[in-house]
Amino acid sequence: MKLPSLKEIGNEAKLLLIGIPVLIWTLVPIYHMFLFAISPKEDAFSGKLWPTHPTLNNFKIVFYQEHYFLRDFWIQFFNSVVIALSAGALTLVIATAAAFSISRLRVPGGRWVMNLALFTYFIPAAFLAVPMYRTMGNYGLLNNHWSLILAMVTIASPYAIWVLKQASDKLPVELDEAATMDGATTLQLFRLVYIPLMMPSLVAIGTYAILLAWNEYLYAFLLLSKDTEITLPVALGNFLAADDSPWELLMTTGFIYALPPAAIYYAFKRYMVGGLTAGAVKS
Amino acid sequence: MAITLSGDHAIPSPPLSARLTPPQVWGILLLAPYLLVFLAFVVYPVGYGLWLARHPASYVALYHDPIFARAAVNTLIFLLVGINVKMAIALFLSGFFAQQRTWIKWLSVLFILPWAVPSIPTILSVRFMLNPEWGVINQLIFKFTAEDGPNWLNDPTVALGMAIGVHIWKSLPFWTLILLTGRLAISHDLYEAAEVDGASWSQKFRYITWPSMQTLYITCTLLSMIWTLGDFNSVYLLTGGGPADLTHVLATLGIRYLRLDQLSLAMASIVCALPFVLPLVYFMMKRLSR
Repeated sequence: MKLPSLKEIGNEAKLLLIGIPVLIWTLVPIYHMFLFAISPKEDAFSGKLWPTHPTLNNFKIVFYQEHYFLRDFWIQFFNSVVIALSAGALTLVIATAAAFSISRLRVPGGRWVMNLALFTYFIPAAFLAVPMYRTMGNYGLLNNHWSLILAMVTIASPYAIWVLKQASDKLPVELDEAATMDGATTLQLFRLVYIPLMMPSLVAIGTYAILLAWNEYLYAFLLLSKDTEITLPVALGNFLAADDSPWELLMTTGFIYALPPAAIYYAFKRYMVGGLTAGAVKS
Repeated sequence: MAITLSGDHAIPSPPLSARLTPPQVWGILLLAPYLLVFLAFVVYPVGYGLWLARHPASYVALYHDPIFARAAVNTLIFLLVGINVKMAIALFLSGFFAQQRTWIKWLSVLFILPWAVPSIPTILSVRFMLNPEWGVINQLIFKFTAEDGPNWLNDPTVALGMAIGVHIWKSLPFWTLILLTGRLAISHDLYEAAEVDGASWSQKFRYITWPSMQTLYITCTLLSMIWTLGDFNSVYLLTGGGPADLTHVLATLGIRYLRLDQLSLAMASIVCALPFVLPLVYFMMKRLSR
């Protein structure tokens, strides 16, 4: 009786030996950010692992825009929200229509469009950034929120269409046939049969597109430049330009900026795991 | 914009509409918005970019630019080291997270955090940790050894290594999760049978786990290669390409040329990468479109 329990203890110890470094590795940069957010300036720069006088003063400074770098905080926050939601909504509309058309209506050339979209999905976004910047300039959209929204829709749509197509391929054809027999038009089929059945995938894809747009840095900093037009990540990057950056405020702003996507991720984790990892696992 | 345009674009001419059934007309109408986005924001930019990169002089200039050669080497190191280390750890950790324990379940929830939070604030957090004077790492080194720590980001090799570390930190949870899903799909009976036969840990891995995960692992590696190639944030926000432009990778180099107003060089540097990227992209596309 004693021997297996010893072995079990050994096993548990081995697991802990892996688990503890993993935990530390994962949390250190995030904890460091949090530590700065609750530290007054003197504590933040002293290398302490917990501030002597933890404070929420930094949050107050950010929320009341009481620093030169933060004078447009709320506008930038609002810009981020508007751009993320618009990109999410537009991606959802475009991708759902396209997936319905390819998968259910079997539009001629649909397979081709799917392949083209997938091709776009696999081109690294950083490679497309330079020509995209010039293109937006040619369209006269630079410094306009639409440039970033449309760029995000371009990047998010291929994957969105692919995931939605996979999901809708699984719906039985008999459903469409039965509805058509009953006299449903194509639009009714789309609205009353397709959309309700696809809800879980639609939630997953909407979340995916919103997070993608909220987190985007490269395109945002190329396409937008005016202080009142930029999104939060660009504002964070701009902190770096100064030599005497108020790092404790930068980390506080970063912490506030990181909270919504983390919350959304955990709230919709159920959908994300089912809908989004299926893709890579399929092969 | 894309949607308002779609109306007049997709109305088929009378002889065509006679041949198309109503669902097909709707199919074209519903596909039109994406096609417009694709034409306006993929086809046109790519075509325009290739046109900008048409001068042979740009490639000669790139060839003579030491920063380009350095960036190419850095990109290779970034890919080789970053991806292999990341995927090996992910494979290992997927085995760890497959263990049935309550605390491991909780750990896996926390483990996802780097993937769930945006990369900008966390990369900047690491950047400050590495600050030679005020960063927490050098402060701790000073406290314990009474000596000044190294100037981490001022050494190109260390700085690139740190950028790779940040990249791994960010994307490790995602790949672990994917490999974990693959691992959990393996039938438990196989392991039980092996247990009965007295198979060791390494034998179980070699004869059961690896053969069933091989394809997934390789697909993930290829996919990760493409995405890592486009990782702009890890390098740009941590080192800014410095010191002395020695830590650029291809993703940041294009932006550097763009900021120096050398647009044709920016495009040419991307075109140089295409012979390596396009086969991968094509392979992945074929794989997913099955």
